[in-house]
Amino acid sequence: MAKMTMVEAIRDAIDVMMGRDDSVVVFGEDVGYFGGVFRTTQGLQQKYGKTRCFDTPISEAGIVGTAIGMAAYGLKPCVEIQFADYMYPAYDQIVSEAARLRYRSNGQFTCPMVVRMPTGGGIFGGQTHSQSPEALFTHVSGLKTVVPSNPYDAKGLLIAALEDPDPVIFLEPKRLYNGPFDGHHDRPVTPWSKHDLSEVPNGYFTVPLGKATVVREGAAVTVLTYGTMVYVAQAAAAEMSIDAEIIDLRTLLPLDMETIVASVRKTGRCVVVHEATLTSGFGAELAALVQEACFFHLEAPIARVTGWDTPYPHAQEWDYFPGPSRVGRALVDVMEG
Amino acid sequence: MTSYEPLSLHVPEPAVRPGGTPDFSNVKIPKAGAVPRPEVDADPESIRDLAYSIIRVLNRNGEAVGPWAGLLSDEELLAGMRHMMTLRAFDARMLMAQRQGKTSFYMQHLGEEAISCAFRMALSPGDMNFPTYRQAGLLIAGGYSMVDMMCQVYSNARDPLKGRQLPIMYSAKDHGFFTISGNLATQFVQAVGWAMASAIKNDTKIAAAWIGDGSTAESDFHAALVFASTYKAPVILNIVNNQWAISTFQGIARGGSGTFAARGLGFGLPSLRVDGNDYLAVYAVAKWAAERARRNLGPTLIEYVTYRVGAHSTSDDPSAYRPKTESDAWPLGDPVIRLKNHLIGRGVWSEERHKQAEAEILESVIAAQKEAESYGTLHAGGKPSAREMFEGVYAEMPPHLRKQRQQAGV
Repeated sequence: MAKMTMVEAIRDAIDVMMGRDDSVVVFGEDVGYFGGVFRTTQGLQQKYGKTRCFDTPISEAGIVGTAIGMAAYGLKPCVEIQFADYMYPAYDQIVSEAARLRYRSNGQFTCPMVVRMPTGGGIFGGQTHSQSPEALFTHVSGLKTVVPSNPYDAKGLLIAALEDPDPVIFLEPKRLYNGPFDGHHDRPVTPWSKHDLSEVPNGYFTVPLGKATVVREGAAVTVLTYGTMVYVAQAAAAEMSIDAEIIDLRTLLPLDMETIVASVRKTGRCVVVHEATLTSGFGAELAALVQEACFFHLEAPIARVTGWDTPYPHAQEWDYFPGPSRVGRALVDVMEG
Repeated sequence: MTSYEPLSLHVPEPAVRPGGTPDFSNVKIPKAGAVPRPEVDADPESIRDLAYSIIRVLNRNGEAVGPWAGLLSDEELLAGMRHMMTLRAFDARMLMAQRQGKTSFYMQHLGEEAISCAFRMALSPGDMNFPTYRQAGLLIAGGYSMVDMMCQVYSNARDPLKGRQLPIMYSAKDHGFFTISGNLATQFVQAVGWAMASAIKNDTKIAAAWIGDGSTAESDFHAALVFASTYKAPVILNIVNNQWAISTFQGIARGGSGTFAARGLGFGLPSLRVDGNDYLAVYAVAKWAAERARRNLGPTLIEYVTYRVGAHSTSDDPSAYRPKTESDAWPLGDPVIRLKNHLIGRGVWSEERHKQAEAEILESVIAAQKEAESYGTLHAGGKPSAREMFEGVYAEMPPHLRKQRQQAGV
């Protein structure tokens, strides 16, 4: 075991897989010599050489498009989009190509590839360094979408993603890179070293895709969330003294319905929390699924606490970000509803 | 007070529209044999002229002339003739099958047969093409089963793609033919990635990317060129300039660039322009580029100058946007007739043998069609199971898809 930040855990996962499998190649903007703008690939080029880890031109479509070609050849590309906000030029390649290669070729060609992208707000990133575009991936048949919330999961899930035979969108909440964040921006941030889940096994291990985890057991209300909002939800439940069962989904698609349904049938209440905008966000899918599967167990309408339906602002960061007070209020409302 | 006249927008127009007299006098056609053949390791800077000329081998008399001639034996040329004639016959039958309602859609290659048929012969086993929807000659010339192609067009019980894909969006990995996508230009940059992978693994295989004139305007075209140039990927970047993107003439996509090949110069790529209706020239240039790629000398851009004689697709009527007789005026002629004349001149072919070959080929295409139709057509006979609809989205079917398959009752 070793104490790691999320950045170190991600780097370690890639390092482990590059060491185990020489078909793993790593590339993206500033990923090579410099080691990434968030240091997630630091040292990998020196260790594995320039043909395994390299810098690319600034072209997201080029990065993902070439990765698809490499995957079709038989490599296992692990590429980086510097910010999830900049994935749009690659969206055609992701949706029309990566997601459908297996289906449209009846399995002749496959796309075992991981596209990593830092996601989420809470860092004064403004409109183009804060977005949470996960719903644009979960809506696409053929993709898997993963959002880790701690170093242990980040490493285990990334290794699992790199071993997965299908394309995986790996969204890394950059707000969590160096420490957990519960939305209390006015308090000092604690580093990962003070957190249990920064104990990460050395070497190879996996956290399976498609499995949620219950981060806090409770009986009063189920909170479905992922990424940074896992910590916000925990803080909100503690501050409101509500016995919430908080589920970190970890993988959004395929979704762990068993864990979700068991919890909501137990609590009879459900609050969905995400940073992304409300309308047609992933929360809408979660609410619909819970309603279908748990209708007769529900004692209150399902609530959603999310970002507002606006572009992510700069100065109004903490009015936008769904912090502990907004989440807490929703928990209270649902208990009264 | 401003001293400027009001601005005005320039929108390019083709020289002639329906009702007008076709005129290709602006297309400069160099004499066959006039363009030099550089060494494969030539510095791209030293061969910039090749992006503005047209490499041609067959002259007006059907003779093979110049430095790009002399690469193919009689047997190879006769095989090429057969491939082009087969593709043309295949197209004609499938076009008719679409009109008969046996399938929903078809796209033919009329006038462009030389490009994919000749190019295929310059590749080696294991190389990978990333084709568009108009390079089925790669399959025909590679010996892929016509029955399988037709089954795909019919989406029938034997469709290799299980009815999931539109007609003509073939996929044949074992034949070096990457799965065709409806999204234009996406495969151009994927080909570069495949080639990079081959280089990363110190393999000896090369990739071939394909794109039409219209689709060069897509951003993936530029991404492909910059990645190919940066990493010197072993890839041949093929642009088929057939003058038309559906109803849009090539000037809309080309803009101020002298030629499509000239686009490569800004990326430092050796860029050649070739007579796309000249089987021998296409083969010679493809061979040159393949040799260059295989020797790790990097990518080559090739513009094939040709003309889309047929409609864009079975859903298109070209008489709405170009003169009906425009293809007759096309100065580079017909690839089948030009090779025929060459072979007759060489004394290995004749009008009689050509007619006889036409009849034989038609017979084999009809036989393939009969067999394919015995497995069903789009609306009649066998078809893929509805269960197939849910398979292959992922390697393993996730729970939500299993549930939906049950709901569908299949």
